[in-house]
Formats: sequence, C-alpha cells, structure tokens
Amino acid sequence: MRYPIFAAGALLATMAGAQTPVLTVYTYDSFISEWGPGPQVEAAFEATCGCDLQFVGAGDGAALLGRLRLEGKRTHADVVLGLDTNLTAAAAETGLFAPHGVADVALSLPVSWEDELFLPYDWGYFAFVYDKTKLPHPPASFAELAAAPKALKIVIQDPRSSTPGLGLLLWVKAAYGDGAQAMWQGLAPHILTVTKGWSEAYGMFLEGEADMVLSYTTSPAYHIIAEGDDTKAAAPFAEGHYMQVEVAGRIASSDQPELAQEFLRFMLSETFQSIIPTTNWMYPAVIPDGGLPEGFSAPLPPEQSLIYPAAEAAAMRDKALEEWRAALSR
Amino acid sequence: MARRAQPIGASVWVGAAVAALILSLTLGTLGAVFLRAERFSALGPADWAAVRFTLMQATLSAFLSVALAVPVARALARRRFPGRGLLITLLGAPFILPVIVVVLGILAVFGRNGLLNSALGVVGIGPLSVYGLQGVLIAHVFFNLPLATRLILQGWLSIPAERFRLAASLGFAARDVTRWLERPMLRAVVPGAFMVIFVICMTSFAVALTLGGGPKATTVELAIYQAFRFEFDLSRAALLALVQFGLSAIAAALTLWVAVPSVSGAGLDRIVARWDARHRGLRLLDGAWIALAALFLILPLAMIVADGLRALFTLPPSVFAAAGRSVAVALGSAVLTLALALPLSLAAVRLGRGIAGGMMEGVGALAIAASPLVIGTGLFILLFPIADPVALALPVTAVVNAVMSLPFATRALVPALRDAEESYGKLARSLGMRGFTHLRLVLLPRLRRPIGFSAGLAAALSMGDLGVIALFADPSQATLPLQLYRLMAAYRMEQAAGAALLLLILSLGLFWLFDRGGRVDADA
Repeated sequence: MRYPIFAAGALLATMAGAQTPVLTVYTYDSFISEWGPGPQVEAAFEATCGCDLQFVGAGDGAALLGRLRLEGKRTHADVVLGLDTNLTAAAAETGLFAPHGVADVALSLPVSWEDELFLPYDWGYFAFVYDKTKLPHPPASFAELAAAPKALKIVIQDPRSSTPGLGLLLWVKAAYGDGAQAMWQGLAPHILTVTKGWSEAYGMFLEGEADMVLSYTTSPAYHIIAEGDDTKAAAPFAEGHYMQVEVAGRIASSDQPELAQEFLRFMLSETFQSIIPTTNWMYPAVIPDGGLPEGFSAPLPPEQSLIYPAAEAAAMRDKALEEWRAALSR
Repeated sequence: MARRAQPIGASVWVGAAVAALILSLTLGTLGAVFLRAERFSALGPADWAAVRFTLMQATLSAFLSVALAVPVARALARRRFPGRGLLITLLGAPFILPVIVVVLGILAVFGRNGLLNSALGVVGIGPLSVYGLQGVLIAHVFFNLPLATRLILQGWLSIPAERFRLAASLGFAARDVTRWLERPMLRAVVPGAFMVIFVICMTSFAVALTLGGGPKATTVELAIYQAFRFEFDLSRAALLALVQFGLSAIAAALTLWVAVPSVSGAGLDRIVARWDARHRGLRLLDGAWIALAALFLILPLAMIVADGLRALFTLPPSVFAAAGRSVAVALGSAVLTLALALPLSLAAVRLGRGIAGGMMEGVGALAIAASPLVIGTGLFILLFPIADPVALALPVTAVVNAVMSLPFATRALVPALRDAEESYGKLARSLGMRGFTHLRLVLLPRLRRPIGFSAGLAAALSMGDLGVIALFADPSQATLPLQLYRLMAAYRMEQAAGAALLLLILSLGLFWLFDRGGRVDADA
C-alpha cells in the first residue's frame, strides 16, 4: 500500500512543478552572492510573478557572454543580465536576443538610450579612488596624473581580463583619441602594476600599496554607508569620466517570453531599482522616488559623461589595446 | 631487463585506463575547444612574446626553487630539532593557497608598504621595488621552494639508514657521503622536481602579471584568457594551450633523459643517524639554511594570519557552509587521487624504465601543463549537450583536482614503488605472493609515506582551487575559494582575509592529517 501513496505524492509534486513556470536568468557571479542584489531581487519578483526565478552565475560579464556563446541556440537562459555596452555589440551579433519591447520608462541616464535589444538596469563612472588622509591633493586630470611626481602610484586592471581594465582603456581613448598612446606613455611611470581583476587591485589599494586604484565613483559610498568610513574619495578628472552601463536582454528562443518581458519591466521598477545602490554599489537606471541613498555623490553632468556607442566601442577596442600594450611594455 | 617475458598484469591495464582519463581531460578538452571554434587563426607576434616570457620565467623560477631547495632539504634531512615536523607541514602551505591571498601576503612583506621596505627605511635605504622579474621570481620561489624541498627531502629519506651506518663505519666525512650516497640520489630526484616546477610556472598568470608589473609580464595563460574573453577566438586559445603542452612535454622528455635512476637498495627502515654531519660548521650552515627558508616562507603566511584573525570569528554562516563543501570536495579528491595514482605508478614501474614507463610518468605531468581555463571550457562544451554542467560542478572539481594532483602523487610514489619492487620483488615472487597480498604486505608498508603525502597534497590543492569551474560554478553550492572571491567583489576585504585564514587552516589541517598518517612510525 505504501507505493501508491508515494506514486500519488510524486505525481502531485510534478503537477505542482509544472504549474510554476521557471524563469532562468544568467548573470555574473557577484550579482547573486548573498551580498549582491540577487537574493532580494529573487524574493521580490517571486512575490508577484507566480513563478520560480532561478539565477545562474558565470564569472563576470565577459565570462557570461563567453558562456552564452558556447551554449548558442541551445541555451537554457530566458534572460541575460549583466553585460555592459562594451560587450553588447558582440552579444547582439550572436542573434540570440529578442527586442526588449519596453519603451515607456524614463531612464535617469546622463546619455540617451536607444538600444532595441538591451535595457540598462544600473550604471556608474570609472574613477580613481584614493585615501583623503594620505593623498590630500589628488591629481585632477590624466594630464596632472602624468605630470605628478614619480612616487605617485596607481594600480589598474588588465583590459584583457577585467571589466574596469577595459573601461580605463576606452576612457583614455575617448578622452585623448589619437593622443591616447602618448598619454599611456605619460601614465606608465605611475602604474605600480596591472592586476588580473578588480579585487586584487582594490585589495592592494586598501593595504596601502598604491596611492590610487581604478574603481568607480560610487566606491566611496560603500565605505561611507557600510563602514562609516569617509576617508575614501573618487578623484574627479577634468577630461570627464567613462561610463559603464550594465544591461539585460531577453533570449529569443525562450519558452517563457511573457515572463521574460515581465522581468525586464520589473527590472526598472521602484522595487528592483531601490535594491541596486547598496548591493551593487552603482547608480540605479531609474532613480527611485526616495532619491539616492545618503553617501552617494550626485551623478556628473552629461558633458562630463564619456561613452562610446556599442558598435564604436567594439571597433575601437583592438587598436586601443595595441596602443596600451605598446606604451606599457617598454 | 627481461620484463617483457612476463605477462602484463592487471595493474598495467588499470594504469592505461587512468592514462586515458588524463588524456581525455587534457588533450580531449583541448580538442573540444578547438572543434567548437568558429574560425581558425594563427598565433601573432604578441603571442610568441608571451611564449618567450613564459619560458624564461618558468626556467628561472624552477632553477632557483630547486637550487635553494637542495641545501634546505639536506639540512632538514640531517637535523632534528623541536618544531621540525611543524615546519615540514608548513612547507605545504604556500602551494595550496589561492593566488590572490599569496600575492597580498607577499606584498605585505616585499611590497612598497611592506615589512622589508619599512625596515630598510629605518636604516635609511631607499625602497626596493618588488614589481618586475624579481617579483615574479620571489613569488614563484615562495610557491615552489616548499614543494621542491618536500620532493627532494623524500629522496633523502629514501636512502636507507643502513647506508649511513655503513658510511659511518667506513669513516666517511660529509664530503664522502655527498659523493657516494647523496649525489646519485639527487641525480635521480632533482630533474623531476625541476620539471614539475617548470610546468607549474608555465601556467602561471595572475602572479606573473601582478608582480611582473604589467603587460611585459604577459604569460601564455593570460594570452589564452585574452583569446577566450576578449576575442572569443577558441582556435587561438586551443593553439596556445597546445604550445603550453608542447613545451611541457619537451621539458618532461628532457627530464627523463637527464635523470639517472638510483637504487639505494633495501634497508630495515631504521631511524637515520648522521654521524658524518656532526661537524660544528655543518651544523651552523644547516641552521642558517633552515632559518632563512623558514623566515622567507613564514613571514608572508604570518601576515595572512594577522590580517585574517580579526574577522575569523565574525564570518557569516555561509562561509562556513562553503568551507564544509570544500572539505567534502577535498576528501573526495584525495581518495580519487590515490585510486588513480597507485595503479598508474604501479604500471609505470612494471613497464620498466623504457619508453612505456616514461610515457606513463609523462602523461601524469600533462595534467599540470593544462590550462585551467581550457579544461573548464572544454568540459563545459563536452558536458552541456548531455547534462547540466552546473549540477556537476562539485564532482567535476574533485575529478579535475585529483587529476591535477596526479603528477605530484606519481612523483612521490614511483621512486618508492620502484625501490620496493627492485629490493623485494624477487623475494616476493619466489614466495608466490601476488595481487592484493603482495600489495598489502610488501608495497603498502613501504608506500605509507608517499601515500600520506599524495593524499594530503591532493586534498589541500583541491581546497584552494577555483580555476576550472569558474564558468559554471553552482551559485547555491559555493566553495570556500569562491565565497572568498565573492566577499572581495563585495568590498568586504576584511572578511575575505578571515575567509583566507580559514582556508589556510583547513587546507593545512587536511594536509597535516594525511601526511602525519603516513609518517606514524617514523620520526621524520
């Protein structure tokens, strides 16, 4: 008699499973860690969608795109969240993405947004972070940094293995164009070293190994809000700051197209957007009603915001990398 | 040798199966990456520059590590002092820590703001920069000097005590012992140690880049990263990995050619007493080597401990859960390593010193020459059509780490096994011992030490690993190294330092348990 009961139980379980649709969202690893936005986002979306939201993590943004390319048309993803504008051209080329179809949301980005496939959920500016108590007069531009005494050292990330590293590459290119290689030669004596990823570089900076580290203008907000430490600041540069815009898109072959679209809408909702600042430490794509948390600096004016459109970023990349390598390999 | 006349035993077939597994994980994954490529591209000048730099730094790193390890191992082999066992266990530490932790530990000592420069500043000497080739070498010696010392120390301990007794009764001075006993042993052991370290340094990436000071320190592994992430050029990634294999294979072949196996003969496993080394000058010399090596290794570790101590007791529960998973993976990996290494070593010994035996050993070395990124990508390509790679993330970690530990295990097992076979094999056969009886009564008692060492190393290596499954780690089943990286990515550097300390404690603890288990009856 025990078996029929088990069988009935198993059947009910499968039926319940079949009734709850599953939405699979691929993203980078730090989004879903317990300190990232993932857990709160999952709880909030599941409270309204009547679905099971499953996050799948893959390294960082570039690894995420790599994985998607390896999976190709057979991918299990319904939504991919965590690419940035330096990757979207290549992501669009895969032909895996469908238009997001969200047109009626006012984004609070300093630049206009006209991408049919990808929708931003947060953004930030790259910047050099320093310790106010140790460096009272930080350089105020790349030119000043290059002219500073040799003892002033920065630590940066390798554009070949790191997202901020690539950001800096495009930042210098956007600010100096054909003079980028000369600027890199000027910066070279100040570059203490180049690390594989952001964590190594930031860790070295906090240990006092370098005077400045390539990070984001929003990094000091973490120290202020989470640690009550206001000694860290981001140095404003006269040339302007390159932007990172993080985006999501839905997969064309998804078996949950409505749910995927619902998720993209939810992504720009008050609930999702108010989770972002103090978990991802970036500016939300739509400023929540309550404004930015205290400790976040106000975004820069549009004329200070540098960014290449996706196609241009992709076209510019290889040349910029060659200039960088030539200047730093001496 | 008339070995060929004997029937090929089951161990040879098992060994061949293990070799096939290693080949499919290394060359097989590489092939998968190659076949998945969307275009074909050749290597450019920048790639060849990376190959040249990689070769140069790997050769120098291996040479320095081994050259320094010989006097340290000799000192450890002929001295007894309190804390010796602890020091030998600590020798395992650098090798098993995540790269990011070691880099920060080394910088805390040798960096701009480190202990060394603070001390030099006091006496008025300008700061020394660690960034450059010197930094790469310091870090690689820090990682590999302990391993080289352990491998060479195994060689010393394999010389039976009776040889030293005989030497003493013949009135040998230290010089004579070196000539008749130690040099032949080194001739057999050192080339292997050199090769293993050379191959390890071949796949270095984050250490070389960070301490090398920038893009001039680009290694092949970084070029593979670039090909995969930056250009999604799988054929170039596979080509570069192939170059890595080729160079490692050449190194392995050279080693087998240079190494002259030594058979010191049978002994009664007595405690070694060294009458030849009682000379006062030798004592001072040995003391100095041990002290210098200990200082070099312990200072960065001490900085890691000091950094992590504050946060160790405030770590979130998820970190401890991750630690539990990592221990489980490590234990699985240790068991698997032994299950693979014993038949492989046995087959290598049975096949004799000819080409077949050399190939078996060489296959083991393939595993460390493999690029973690290429293995991970290849496995993903192979698994994705048939199963959910994410669900298999932890077992895959255990298997890959077991295979990666194999070269070290066979390196420790093969000489001991060969000695046991050549010294007792004939006697055992004349007594009609075969199969399990032979294994239990003749081989295992003589293999206890290398078995303990291999299992300990496999467990510890597996604890610290992150590389291979980065592409398909299961977010809800994070291992300790992954959790450590997540803490760092979330700005929580202090807690990350606590997690690093926990990782250090657990890895060393596991290593100590296994290694100690292998040395229960010896005072070594």
